[in-house]
Formats: sequence, C-alpha cells, structure tokens
Amino acid sequence: MNVAILSPLDLSIAAVLIIVLAGLSFKLKLGLEAQILIASIRMTIQLLLIGLVLQFLFASGSVWLVILVSQVMLLAAGREVRARLKRKIRGWFGYHIGMTSMFVSSFSIALLALLVILRQDPWYEPRYAIPFLGMLLGNTMTGVALAADRLTSLFYEQREVIEQRLMLGESRSEAVSDIRRDCMRTGMIPLINSMAVTGLVSLPGMMTGQILGGTPPIEAVKYQILIMFLIGAGSGFGVVCAIYMIENHLFDERHRLVLDKLLPAG
Amino acid sequence: MKGHALSSSSHEAPRLTVESLRFDRGGPYSFSLNHGICAGLKGVSGVGKTRLLRALADIDPSTGSVVLNGRGREDYKPHEWRRLVAMIPAESRWWHPLVGDHLPLDHDPRRADELLRSCGFEPDVLRWDVTRLSTGEKQRLSLVRALIRDPQVLLLDEVGSGLDRDNTELLEALVQEYLEGNKAAAIWVSHNQDLLERVATLTLTMLADGLRLTSEKESR
Repeated sequence: MNVAILSPLDLSIAAVLIIVLAGLSFKLKLGLEAQILIASIRMTIQLLLIGLVLQFLFASGSVWLVILVSQVMLLAAGREVRARLKRKIRGWFGYHIGMTSMFVSSFSIALLALLVILRQDPWYEPRYAIPFLGMLLGNTMTGVALAADRLTSLFYEQREVIEQRLMLGESRSEAVSDIRRDCMRTGMIPLINSMAVTGLVSLPGMMTGQILGGTPPIEAVKYQILIMFLIGAGSGFGVVCAIYMIENHLFDERHRLVLDKLLPAG
Repeated sequence: MKGHALSSSSHEAPRLTVESLRFDRGGPYSFSLNHGICAGLKGVSGVGKTRLLRALADIDPSTGSVVLNGRGREDYKPHEWRRLVAMIPAESRWWHPLVGDHLPLDHDPRRADELLRSCGFEPDVLRWDVTRLSTGEKQRLSLVRALIRDPQVLLLDEVGSGLDRDNTELLEALVQEYLEGNKAAAIWVSHNQDLLERVATLTLTMLADGLRLTSEKESR
C-alpha cells in the first residue's frame, strides 16, 4: 500500500478553489482577496521549505541537526505564546515565560515519549522526534497562551480586588487564588473538550495521514491515543507552569502587585 | 517642616512610628501615633493622602522606617503586616458571592455579631448577596470585615464621606470604640472637617514635603 503521489497538476486543481474563493471575496466586497492569496502562497512556500528541511534531516540523521531544529521550533513557539497576550509582559521575561512553559508542555514530554515509549534506535530518530515535538508544540500552545492571556488581563482588571484582599492580610497566593484557578481551567478545558469528541466529531490529522500512508487503522489509532495523552498532559503542565511563573513575576518580594511589568494592551 | 516628628503626648511607647517615609516624589513624612489615637489627615487633592496610606499598608513601595510596636516593617511577613496595619479603601470591592464569605473562616461568630450590630446590621447580613449592598452598607461592612481581623492600626481612606449623618455617626462610634477597646491607632483621611473634629485627637495636614500638625485636642 502506497500513498497516491500528488502531481503539481493535482495541487493546482485544489489551488483553483482558493482562487475561486478570492474571487468570491472580491465580489462580496469582503476585502480579503489579498490576504487569502498571500496566506496561501506563504503556506505553500513554508511547507515546501519544511519538506526540504525534513528530507535533509531524515537523510542525515544527525543528532545535532535534530537538536538545532527542535530549538528553533521551541523558540518560535515561545515567541508565539508571548505574541498572543493582549497585555504583554515587559522585556525578556515575556519570552522566558513562553519558552519555559512550552519546554515543560512539549519538549520534556516529547523527550519522555522518545526515550521511554517509542524507544527507536537512535532515540532521536528524526522521523519520530520532529513530528512528535511539532504536534505537541502546536497543540499545547493554544492552552498555554489562553491561560496566560487571561491571567495578565485579569490581574490588570481585578487589581483593586487583589489589592483589597492583600489589605485584609491575605497572602499573595490567597489573594489571587480565584483568578489562578479560573485561568488554569481556561487553559485546560479546550483540550479536555477536544479529547471528548475526538473520533466522534473530528478525525485527527495525524491519524488520517497515517491511514492515507497505508498504516492499518488500528495502529494509527494507537498512535493517536498516545499523542492525545501526551498533548493533554503536556498542555496541563504547561498551563500550570505559565500561571505560576507569571504570578510570581507580577508580585515583588513584599507581595506588592507590580503591574508596570505589563505593557499597555495592544 | 522636614523630618519634624509629630506625636501625641503620652508615657507609653508609640503604637506606630514613621520616620522619613518617602514614595514617588513625596516625603519625607515623619510622625508617630500612640495607642488609642485617631489622627485626621487632610490636604489638597492629589497631594498623596491615599498614596501615603498605601505606602503605610505596604501596598505600594516606599523607603524610610515604619515601626509597629517596636518592630520594623521588614521584620513582619507581608501579610502579617497588612493584617496589623489595615487599610480600608474609599470604595470597597466584594469578590465572594455572600457578605459572610469575606470574613475569615476562623472568625469568632460572637465578635462578628457584636461588630455588625454596633454599625446597625442584623447578623443575617452575612447571608446577603453582595450585589444588593448599597454604598453606605458597603462602607460599614468593609469596616467590619477589617476590624474582625484585629488590626492595630487602621488606615481609613475617605471612609464615611458621602454618607448620611446617621451612617457616618455609626462609623465614627465604631472606630472610636475599637481604638479604645483594642489600644489601636488610626489615620483617617477625610475632607469632612466636621467629621475630623469629632473623631480626631490631632489633625495633620499633608504637604508635598512633609506633614504639619494643624490641631490637637487636649488629652481625653
């Protein structure tokens, strides 16, 4: 069983659909035609490039290349988490929070999976390592960014409540306990919900891809279950990590709220 | 005026001593308060009365020495300090669904009854939803939720402003009774001259670079 090889012509037929959509946008005065075309072209170029990189990576099998590529992915994910905050954290620490939580949510989990569960030879086998890391980063980022965004917003909006709780002699941990719980739940619930409907409403892309590639469905399903467990746990851990880091950062040593560490909403 | 120590005459060691307190561009502010003393604090709008209270409560950073019962502020844990030096803001926030949720879990119910009755509430107010509280009720209850934690210094920020005479008098009586009964001290920021004349043993006027003693009653 082999994948049907797609010819450039096959892709062009699909691309025509996008051009039709751009025409529709023009007709309906949505003003989105440029964006639709640019996004499609970007996506095509980015994927072709990553295809080349992966092909090169798989062929070389060098551990250093795997490390390099994974670091670049981690940096990009950390940057993206920061970019999704309405109230960003000033300075270098904003990136630090994103990267550390993505490290916890994805990097550590991917490493665990490679070493303990997949046990390939070598353990960093790029055909496993890079897609696993990529899926973990992509799927846990949403939860981590949601939770972090909500926390920085709530700290700002509810500063008076936090301060009045401090004035009553609550510790900083008690004073933000409700906010913290709210944000952690916000970060975790999307994944719990998506786990609950996987296989019923949605067929995950990875599993579909494997099946298209000729893997027996039951084997593909096992991989999907594994990856769902990893994503679920990883995003939970990442959310907890991000929330505690931000909370810690926005109080000083005398438990005073230091909101000027946040940039104005943008 | 700078560094001028203001204190009420008494033989006891002061409850609270503040020396060269500075925050933002203001200060240095120095004064001390004895047990049972209520100091009125006035000054033009924007001079930093609220910021002075926030600095004393250690909600905002400040430099200088603040000593409570002979121990410096830095020797207290932050939450201990704020429980002892309690600021009661002008506009109170309520974050739990019921009034009673805002009292500490381990509070003494008889003490709560006492405090509530002395500012005109029946104890069942603890089961009220916070959304039905009026401005006056919020102000009186915010005093109750602070006093039940046994603070030794009260920092009242325009508490009692904008209330009717009856509500204000209830508040004043409660604060005075508390100060006497607990040997506590208070700073009461207010624009209401009548209120300050009734409750304050001494009145301080705040300037950008220091405090001035504007009036002092004879010892009671």
